[in-house]
Order: sequence, then C-alpha cells, then structure tokens
Amino acid sequence: MRPKLTILSNAMVQQIITEGFELLQDPGVRVHNEDALTLLAAAGAAIDRQNRVARIPERAVRAALETAPHEFRLYDLNGSPAVHYGGDHVQFDPGSAALAILDSRTQEQRTPVTADFVRFVKLVEMLPQIDAQSTAMVCGDVPAEIGDLYRLYLALNYMRKPIITGAFRKDTWWIMRELLVAAAGGAAKLSEKPIAVFDVCPSPPLLWSDLTCQNLIDCARNDIPAELVSMPLAGATAPVTLAAAVVQHAAESLSGVTIGQLAKPGSPIVWGGSPAAFDMREGTTPMGDVGTWLIDCAYTQVGKSLGLPTHAYLGMSDAKIIDAQCGLESAGGTLLAALAGVNMVSGAGMMDFESCQSFEKLVLDAEIIGMAKRLIGGIEARDEPIALTLMRKLGHRAEYLAEPHTLKWFSKELYIPSEIIDRSSLDGWKRKGAKSTFQRASERVDQLVAKYQTPPVPVELCAELRTITRSAARKFGMDRLPALAD
Amino acid sequence: MSSDLLAQILQSLVEGDPDLTVNATRQALAAGMEPLTIINAGLIPGMRIVGEKFSCGEYFLPNLIVSANGMKQAMQLLDPELKARRQTISSPGSVVIGTVHGDIHEIGKSLVATMLSAHGFEVHDLGVDVPAERFIDTVMTTRANLLGMSSLLTTTMNMQKKVIEALIGAGLRERVKVMVGGAPVSARWAEEIGADGYAEDAVGAVDLAMRLAAARGGS
Repeated sequence: MRPKLTILSNAMVQQIITEGFELLQDPGVRVHNEDALTLLAAAGAAIDRQNRVARIPERAVRAALETAPHEFRLYDLNGSPAVHYGGDHVQFDPGSAALAILDSRTQEQRTPVTADFVRFVKLVEMLPQIDAQSTAMVCGDVPAEIGDLYRLYLALNYMRKPIITGAFRKDTWWIMRELLVAAAGGAAKLSEKPIAVFDVCPSPPLLWSDLTCQNLIDCARNDIPAELVSMPLAGATAPVTLAAAVVQHAAESLSGVTIGQLAKPGSPIVWGGSPAAFDMREGTTPMGDVGTWLIDCAYTQVGKSLGLPTHAYLGMSDAKIIDAQCGLESAGGTLLAALAGVNMVSGAGMMDFESCQSFEKLVLDAEIIGMAKRLIGGIEARDEPIALTLMRKLGHRAEYLAEPHTLKWFSKELYIPSEIIDRSSLDGWKRKGAKSTFQRASERVDQLVAKYQTPPVPVELCAELRTITRSAARKFGMDRLPALAD
Repeated sequence: MSSDLLAQILQSLVEGDPDLTVNATRQALAAGMEPLTIINAGLIPGMRIVGEKFSCGEYFLPNLIVSANGMKQAMQLLDPELKARRQTISSPGSVVIGTVHGDIHEIGKSLVATMLSAHGFEVHDLGVDVPAERFIDTVMTTRANLLGMSSLLTTTMNMQKKVIEALIGAGLRERVKVMVGGAPVSARWAEEIGADGYAEDAVGAVDLAMRLAAARGGS
C-alpha cells in the first residue's frame, strides 16, 4: 500500500471545481493576448475587447479537459524515458530562475555567472534522487535579454536528464525551441520524445499576460509540454481562506488548460503552481509556511481528480543561511509533496523564498528527496508469511545482522543516506572534524562535481548550440559568449 | 461627554472598526467638537497605538489596513469642516507613489499609500508598471514634495535609479524627496542611487515620509 495524503473531501473538490467554472464566467479571466482571445471567442467565450476579459463557458472548459492528456513522458538525451507525468509518479527538479547563488566560500548571496550554473548542472547529473534538471539560475555575465535561453544553452552542453525551463520573452521562446530541436536531433524527434517542459504563469488573480499566454500557445502548437504555474497569494492576491485560494488556482488553471487545448487539442499540459500564504507580519511570500503546503497539496488533489498531471513548488525554505529553519522547511514541504503524489516537485536547492540557489542546499535536499521517495515506497510484506519463517528459524537469537535475509533485503528496504547525514557516534563525529551540516554538504558538492564526466555531446551539436546562442547574444550587444571550461 | 467620544474614536481605530470611527467622528462634530481636537486627541493617538502594536508583533498587516481605512474615512468627514474653519492640519505634504516600469507588484506600495493617506498626506497613487515620464509629470503637476517608488524584482530595481536621473534632468530633484522600497531594495541601494531614504515596511515608510517632509519644511 502506498502512503498517501488526502487534504480535501470529494465534496469539497467538486465544489472547488464548480466555483472555478463559475469564476471563468463571472468575473471571467483577463487575457492580454490576441491569439488567445480569438481562440476563446471561437469556442464561445464572451469577449470584452476593451477590457480584454474573456467569459469562458463551462462547455469549452469541459471540452478541453476531455482532450488534455492524462499523462506524458519526458526523455533523457539518450532517448530513454526518464520522467513520467501522470498518476501518482513523484519526481523532483531544482527550483528555477534564481537570481542569486549562495557562495560556497563566504555563504553570502551573489549574482550567479556561467561557471556557477555549469557546476550546478553537473551536480544535478550526479544526484540520482533528482529526476530532472531545471534552468535553475539566471546568469549575470550575459545580457538580461538572453537570460532565459542562455541557461538552456549551458544545460544542454552538460546534461543527460530532461529539463524544466521557461522563457522570459516571446521571441526568446523560439530560440529556446531551436536549441531543443537541435539537441533532440530534429523537430519530429523533439515532438515524439520531449526533453523539456516550459513553465507558464498566470498572474493572480485571474490574468494571463501577453507573454505567458503566448508561451502557452506556442508550447501547445509545437508539442512542447506546458506546465501551468498559478500562484495565488492567500490574503494578498487571493482570498486568505485556503479553500478559496484553491478555487482561484482552479479557475486560473482551468483557463490555462482551455487556452492550451484550443491552441492544439491533445497537447500535454500540467496542473501546477507556486502558491503561498502571505506572511501577515513581513508582507513576504513564505514557501516554508504550512498554509502554503496545504494549498499545494489541495490543488494537486483537484488536478488529479480532473485526470491531469500535476506539479508544485515545494521543498524550499525562506531561510537565508543553511540552518535549522532551512532544514525543517525543506523537509516538511518535500515529504508532503511525495505523500500528495505531485508528479513534478520543483524547488530543490532553493532558499530565501524563491530567489537564491545553493549547491550545498541542493545536496541536502537530495537526501530529503531520497527519504521522501522511500517514504512513499511504504512497507511491503516482502515475504509470505511476513516474519514467521525467519523468526522461527532464529528463535530467540538476536543474530539478524549475519542473516542472508538481511544481506538480501537491507539495501532495498532502507534508504541509505550519504555522509551529509551524520550518524556517527559523538567520538566519531569529533574524529571526523566535528563538522556542521554545511561543511559536510560542501565537501560532498566538491566530491560529486569532481566525479562528473561530460557526456559525449557531438561536436557538431555543441557548435550548433553555440551558433544559435551567439547570434541571439549579438542582437543584444554581446559579441562573444563566455567560454565553457570543459 | 466629549472625552467619551474621543475615547470611542481612539478605541475604534485600535479595534479596527471603521464604521464606528466614522459614526463617532460624526457624533463628535455634531456635539460641537473641534475637528482639530478630534484629529489630535482621537485619531492620531489611535493610529499611533496601532502602529506600535504592529511593530511589536501584536497586530498584523490586515489590522493596519482596516485601521488606516477608518482614519481615511474619518478624515474625509473632517476635511470640509477644516476648510470651512480655514484651518489646516499640518499636512506633511503631497506624495506621488507607484511601482516602477516593468513591475506589477503592488501590495506593499498600496499599503504604504493607505498608511500615508491615513497620516494626512495627499497621496497620488499611480499604480503599477509606471514609466519614468509619468512619475516626473505627476510630480510636476501635483507639486508633490515626496516621491515613493516600489520595486519587487531585482530586474526592475534599476528603474528607480532611472527615475532619479530623470528628475535631475528635468530640474526637479531639489523639489522632491525620494523614498524607495521593495523586497530587493536596501538602504545601501537607496544610497547608491541617490535616493533620500529607504524603508523596510509600511510603518517605517510613514516615519520616513514624516521626517523627509519635515526636513523640507512641510508643504
């Protein structure tokens, strides 16, 4: 039996969905994209062109829910299936688009540069607990205008795992697609075996900006899975009652599914998000708040009831240093995400709300993820009968360590963490240098990156990726790209 | 008893009951109480208590907002009365406030606007995604003595600098004190871009605005 977490009653799930439909008709959704307004109008939505509001009839949304796929796969760069969106598969990727990196030496935040993100991609490749890459940080050593595509370019040079990404502009989305097409070996191959998902975010409450809406449509039409990331801020940009915030999430996400399916029926789409419960003292958006987690798990349940793949931003901390708050918030969110059955959990490595990535936190989060995956593995009988045969054999002797049964099962039954999780005796810990979690994590980062080997990316592909990226960079004033060390 | 009414006005702010604030203010006026007395002995002390409770963690943002709205509504009753008596409260002045171009975050900015208004400032809230020219034009036409800019993204922070440069270019820099705020903004950034001050939250923003306005000699 798989351990699960259920937050809402079936009746409440239905009520939430019903109210989601209602909101789409009154007050409707603001849609600042011409293409989307045209699609919605053709589907029977009443369009207020002056205010750019679409009132979407329930039948159009239901039709979209009919065609939206219940599942899809992402493939690694060897062409093997690597990530399964749908059902209760639970996978993890690092938090995306950080504007800062926690410097390993000084433990202070600074702007990431090329070398940082390259190191990060390598580290992710070396962490088996992490299922996909993400374009985890924005590099400050290239023009801001190519910030989105540059991360993807870097990642494609070093990764095998699939990637979760996103665009910051309408025009750069196409360049990012070009990079993906090159990496996949052609447009048809990319369509058949997607290697990337794009996040697209409505703005709370009930608004699709021109940019994000265009990204959504372009993804749908080009067979690139789109991950809807609705982010109600309970008490600020959404009602403070968590149930009402989940209703807002439902309305925004239903409108996203509708627009995506109208652009191309059957295009893969994910019911995702990054909500928070507004902090009423500081006016900040805590990712480590339990209300935040409740909203995430509740909307995931709603998405599953609609038969859609799910995503959530969970497993982050609002801490500025890697301390107890950092650990407890990350663990709380990660474990709940696994129990809630979120298909893609974004956030590993991320701290200071959703703004700073950290190598050390990433390896720590990988341990929590390992534990979480073991947690949802639950307890299986393993033997029939469970214990009688073995225990009658040993009788009253406490000699299980030597038993072949133990040798056979221990590595499958137990999640064995790395050295980051200290379980030595007190003397042992002192002998090893009395290190803190941060120090142990830091060492592990170095060890893993040292073991990384660049995959055999064909020289022609490297050159093509570089050409595409360089020509984009030139448009925005950069003649030569930062060099890639290896 | 007038002292009862004043106590009621003060308490209504502390308890966050705008209807009571408005009704008690109306009653006080009807009973012949001076508007300046209502303001100085009822409303302002009430808001001060609210601010203190927020600072020490007893009150939270929603409390701040409901009390500030009560104050604002009471002031709307009192402004015509003050005018009729040719009196003015020492209005600290006029503020132009907005979130910079490219940024649509507005919660903090709106909270500051509400609080400033509750403290007697004439507030021109330009909303979000405000281009530099609009800040400049509004400062010019309203003759504001304060400009507040909010930025919630590191990628839009630089607009605060651009607006200050535009103020200098338009020959307006001396006429207006500039305050900046928002999550990625810091005192160091404020100094770097030549702003006159930085505040971390709405209560701090009001204090800062009062100090900056006083430094200029008010309106």
